[in-house]
Amino acid sequence: MSQTAEKEANSSAMQVSDEVAIEIRNMNKWYGDFHVLKDINLTVNRGERIVVCGPSGSGKSTLIRCINRLEEHQKGDIIVDGTELSSDLKNIDKIRSEVGMCFQHFNLFPHLTILENCTLAPIWVRKTPKKEAEEIAMHFLEKVKIPEQALKYPGQLSGGQQQRVAIARSLCMKPRIMLFDEPTSALDPEMIAEVLDTMIELAEEGMTMICVTHEMGFARKVANRVIFMDAGQIVEQNEPEEFFNNPKSERTQLFLSQILGH
Amino acid sequence: MSDQSYVRTEMLSEQPAPLGETGVIKWMRENLFSSLGNSILSLLALALVIFIGAELLPWAIQPSWSSGSLRQCIDDPNITGACWGVIRDRFNQLLFGFYPQEEQWRPILAFFMMLTAVAPVLFDKLPRKMVWFSALYPFIGVWLLWGGTIWGPLMVVAGFIIGYFAHKFLTGVVGELAAMIVALLATIIWWLYGAGPVAEMLSAAMPIGIPAIESSKFGGLMLSITIGVSGIALSLPIGIMLALGRQSDMFIIKVLSVGFIEFIRGVPLITLLFVASVLLNFFLPPGTNFDLILRVIIMVTIFAAAYMAEVIRGGLAALPTGQYEAADALGLDYWQSMRLIIMPQALKISIPGIVGTFIGLFKDTTLVSIIGLLDPVGLIGTIQGSGDWNGIVWELNMFIALMFWVFTFSMSRYSMYLENKLKTTH
Ligand SMILES: Nc1ncnc2c1ncn2[C@@H]1O[C@H](COP(=O)(O)OP(=O)(O)O)[C@@H](O)[C@H]1O
Ligand SMILES: [Mg+2]
Repeated sequence: MSQTAEKEANSSAMQVSDEVAIEIRNMNKWYGDFHVLKDINLTVNRGERIVVCGPSGSGKSTLIRCINRLEEHQKGDIIVDGTELSSDLKNIDKIRSEVGMCFQHFNLFPHLTILENCTLAPIWVRKTPKKEAEEIAMHFLEKVKIPEQALKYPGQLSGGQQQRVAIARSLCMKPRIMLFDEPTSALDPEMIAEVLDTMIELAEEGMTMICVTHEMGFARKVANRVIFMDAGQIVEQNEPEEFFNNPKSERTQLFLSQILGH
Repeated sequence: MSDQSYVRTEMLSEQPAPLGETGVIKWMRENLFSSLGNSILSLLALALVIFIGAELLPWAIQPSWSSGSLRQCIDDPNITGACWGVIRDRFNQLLFGFYPQEEQWRPILAFFMMLTAVAPVLFDKLPRKMVWFSALYPFIGVWLLWGGTIWGPLMVVAGFIIGYFAHKFLTGVVGELAAMIVALLATIIWWLYGAGPVAEMLSAAMPIGIPAIESSKFGGLMLSITIGVSGIALSLPIGIMLALGRQSDMFIIKVLSVGFIEFIRGVPLITLLFVASVLLNFFLPPGTNFDLILRVIIMVTIFAAAYMAEVIRGGLAALPTGQYEAADALGLDYWQSMRLIIMPQALKISIPGIVGTFIGLFKDTTLVSIIGLLDPVGLIGTIQGSGDWNGIVWELNMFIALMFWVFTFSMSRYSMYLENKLKTTH
């Protein structure tokens, strides 16, 4: 019972507004001849937390990379924060500074200290004065609970710490949307929890998030919607309880039985 | 069962380590005599060193420093080997060529100012303000070496200032790209048509200057350093641009870069130098007096830049794509991500190759002797041609080799220092 109570409390804190953050309409993408994303339709409201799952190679990474235009789509529309993604370069840099992204392999800059990793984009993209950028960086490093590592280099940190720095680095840009691409799958089991805790905290603060992850506990706890992809298509989407307890599609059932362990 | 408990009543004092566990003996045992094969190799190497030393030292150690000619060395019964007098006699020439003696303080001053100018680039602990001096040094250095009116270099600097302000004021009015183009055009037009007449006018009104020295007077180590340092300073940025051009998404830029790199790498430097010394005059408008040393510097630079581009491309290829993606995802534009993320890492990986190219460039400057410039190697012929030193070979070559080695070895040491400093993991 206490669990449901806690859930209630959480979801009341995590308000979803009617404002649309991301809208994807009939989006298609090809790699050469290979049709990797087929007719994707997805609307994400501000404050929503969406978990995307599906078998390897189903196009999950490609989908979220299209949202900050690390990949270009060929057909359909993607509208992020009211701006349509087109080949106009000015839009792209603006979108990218509003959309934070965390990668499976962290992709911290190894030649810069943790603090410099966090202040780089605010200083050069947002033109924040260095001192202020450092204060912001320390604030977020405290939030991910590693302020004491600020002067070290990424190579001196554990995987879990590096991923938390990567999250802090994105947050320093004060993004309105966060994308996560399997943030815990390169981590040793004992480090997964510390990263998930950081992400849960972020969700509770109302950040709009799209997470590609197979951490089902995380999905149950924070997601408003779980999306299942297979072969470049959205096969099923539902709110987490329904999705896990009562999957409709056969593919979903098969996939869930595989990852939830027989 | 016996009682196993035990209490130490007396603490032991430290004993010196047994002989053979410390110092020279330990080092030798571990590094020279660790196995039978290693021991044999060590002994053979030792024998070789002793053999060469026994041949060389008696030849080299001779009381011949004050001899005034080779004849004198041969006639002196006390001298049975090297005739070092040539170094003393021609020392000044080996350093400065035919640069007038009373003006030689200028290249010396230019050399020490050059060291000061590169210091903040090489060592990041030095105050950043020194970089201003580094930026101005090229103009000061050129003026000191070639001399003439001070207004010439000042007008060249004025071109940069004009470009800077044109860019600054126009950016707001016509946008970034247009401002850049206008600023560039303004600077070039100033250099072509404005700088010369204005410099002449000013020097007529206010003749401040030092005696002009012609390029044909340049020679010796000073010439090697002039060409080498200019080539090094210019080839790195050009090499970086070429490496980036080769990776570019823009077809034309990519094709031009690849074409340039492959062509320049495909021809021997000496042919480029011949082009510089003979052919280039055919292509230039008649009457232009394009300095030979400047032409040589251009050729040496593009030659080294082509190699540099390939070395840096190797460094770029070694970076994981995640670095590009992370930079893009944070909203950095192309030039920001290149300057702040990609190049620092690619250059760090490429340090050994870059320094290798620098060292090669510096040694290759001796090829200018073939087109008649009197660098130290070119001076060998001149010195041998004089009656006093006709027939001298080894002493000169060894001394020149030593001069070059001092510079190349410092570069190699610096590269090791830098690699060590840039390590960011344990
Ligand atoms: N740059 C690329 N070029 C060609 N094919 C690619 C590229 N990136 C991914 N793919 C292919 O697209 C499909 C979807 O990849 P991805 O989005 O990474 O899947 P997921 O993240 O769901 O595992 C895979 O079959 C993959 O092989
Ligand atoms: Mg993926």
